Amino acid sequence: MSSLLRRFGLPLTLLIVALSLFWVLLQIVLPQLVMIDFSLRPNLPPAAQGGPEDAYTLVNYQTLWRNTIHFQIFVKTIVASAVVTLVTFLVCYPVAFYLAQVARGARARLLLLMLVVPFWINEILRTFAWFIILAFNGPLNGLLLALGITAEPIRWLDGNTGVMLGMVYAYLLFMVFPLYNAIDSLDPNQIEAARDLGAAWWRIHWRVVLPHARPGVATGCVMVFMLAAGSYAVPALLGSPRSRWFTEIIYNWFFEGGNWNQGAAYAFILLLLCVGFIVLMLKLFRVNLGDIAK
Amino acid sequence: MNRDPLARTLLNVYLGLFLVYLFLPLIIMAAATFNDSRFPTITPWQGYTLKWFGQLWADTQMWTALTTSLLIGVGVVALAVPVGLAAALLLTALQRRARTFVYAVMVSPLLTPGVIIGISTLIFWRETLGLSGGVLLTILAQSTFITGYVMLMVTAHLERFDRTLEEAALDLGATHVQVFRRITLPYLAPALLAAAFLAFLQSFENYNTTLFVRGLDTTLTIYIASKVRTGVTPAVNALGLILIGLTILGAIVYELRRRRLERRRRVQAARATEADRAILATEAALIEGR
Repeated sequence: MSSLLRRFGLPLTLLIVALSLFWVLLQIVLPQLVMIDFSLRPNLPPAAQGGPEDAYTLVNYQTLWRNTIHFQIFVKTIVASAVVTLVTFLVCYPVAFYLAQVARGARARLLLLMLVVPFWINEILRTFAWFIILAFNGPLNGLLLALGITAEPIRWLDGNTGVMLGMVYAYLLFMVFPLYNAIDSLDPNQIEAARDLGAAWWRIHWRVVLPHARPGVATGCVMVFMLAAGSYAVPALLGSPRSRWFTEIIYNWFFEGGNWNQGAAYAFILLLLCVGFIVLMLKLFRVNLGDIAK
Repeated sequence: MNRDPLARTLLNVYLGLFLVYLFLPLIIMAAATFNDSRFPTITPWQGYTLKWFGQLWADTQMWTALTTSLLIGVGVVALAVPVGLAAALLLTALQRRARTFVYAVMVSPLLTPGVIIGISTLIFWRETLGLSGGVLLTILAQSTFITGYVMLMVTAHLERFDRTLEEAALDLGATHVQVFRRITLPYLAPALLAAAFLAFLQSFENYNTTLFVRGLDTTLTIYIASKVRTGVTPAVNALGLILIGLTILGAIVYELRRRRLERRRRVQAARATEADRAILATEAALIEGR
């Protein structure tokens, strides 16, 4: 604090500290703690609040275990988000490698700009584009029928496939850029050296490029998994009641079931899931949190 | 770089396919605006029309939603930019260990699903002040994570900041507020402007967080989503086309500005090594006082 005082004087230092505290305490830490506290209390009518029944309980968490439909959707959300993350990685890796190690000069800059633009376009609009493509009479079915790949049009918007296709598209740039940043910092001489020593191309990627890009892979996977598991927009637009996502159940507890305590518990479970995934990625790729949060 | 011509060709083909994959959906969505069909599609093509722009223009719901979005966007910029700046300055003053911890807390909203930020904001303000969802709560919820982006952008810019400039000005008798206004702020101005722009964009397109804290207010993104779910017409495509156009324009302006600033910074850095930095600082603080 003394260095701030020396730099900015008392009034400015107080302002800096006050604004930072407002953000960290009132916007980040306390809302999370109150949400957790809320999730540990029963849903009571206002009259009974503060009364003898208003005691800490795990009942809101037990609901997820007891309600098999909710539990199935929870597991489905985890598995589908993991698949989305993996597919996104496979789709993006060659692109990131190309941008970082193959393209040069003006061409590389133009390509980067071309990738940034869709990144800035509304997630809802990008998803809406897939709503048109995947429609029963839409262009994708038209193409598949014309090529004779399917005999009947497919109901893409009635299952998990459409949702997952939409998610890969919506979140793929969150994978490209961390990967690109990580591969870009690799000295091309290392690849050159591996090639001169006779390594096959897949071996160069496996033993040289990928190990170097670990922090980027971890960051991209964390971002995409978090966005997929926490997405409401994509399943709401591209899914149907038969392909509900965990976030949709949370939403229903709040605005249809009217049980906020229950909704808070489900929200905290989703948060734990994402934290768990971060920890898993850190362990798997042997990187620390500082590498990810950049 | 890739000496194997086959591998290089394959990579080029893949990149071409990837770009088609990236842009074709947006092109299809834009094209459907001009199809004379009641439902947004390009198959079958039923003739060219511009009527959906007129329908969009006449839609009062759309204008209300747009006003709400602009209001929230301005509120988020007004809150997130000063707070993000303060947080970045605070971080520079912390010791290593405390810094790592506070930094982790500050970036945590960026790794938290948006729905959870919305939910925790909704519960917190109802339980403490009895507030319910609406424009104010949406600003508070969105800025929780948008401030994080601002903080990161300012922090990155501060890394190259020469603090001896501030010290020189202080030694020469400038007040703390003068130093902040004439040295620190002007140096950070490009980063703050870029951060304000991105903060507005993030707020404008937010859906997941807004959904929980909006109360009875509707933003433009919520409006689009609800249209898609309940009877969509190509008027939504017209809106999408306009938004995409504005985004591309914004991206180009932003990129050109960034490049110009980078060039200027390189020139300045070259000059600063020649001249005495303290003299430059004095000039900045005392002579060039606007």
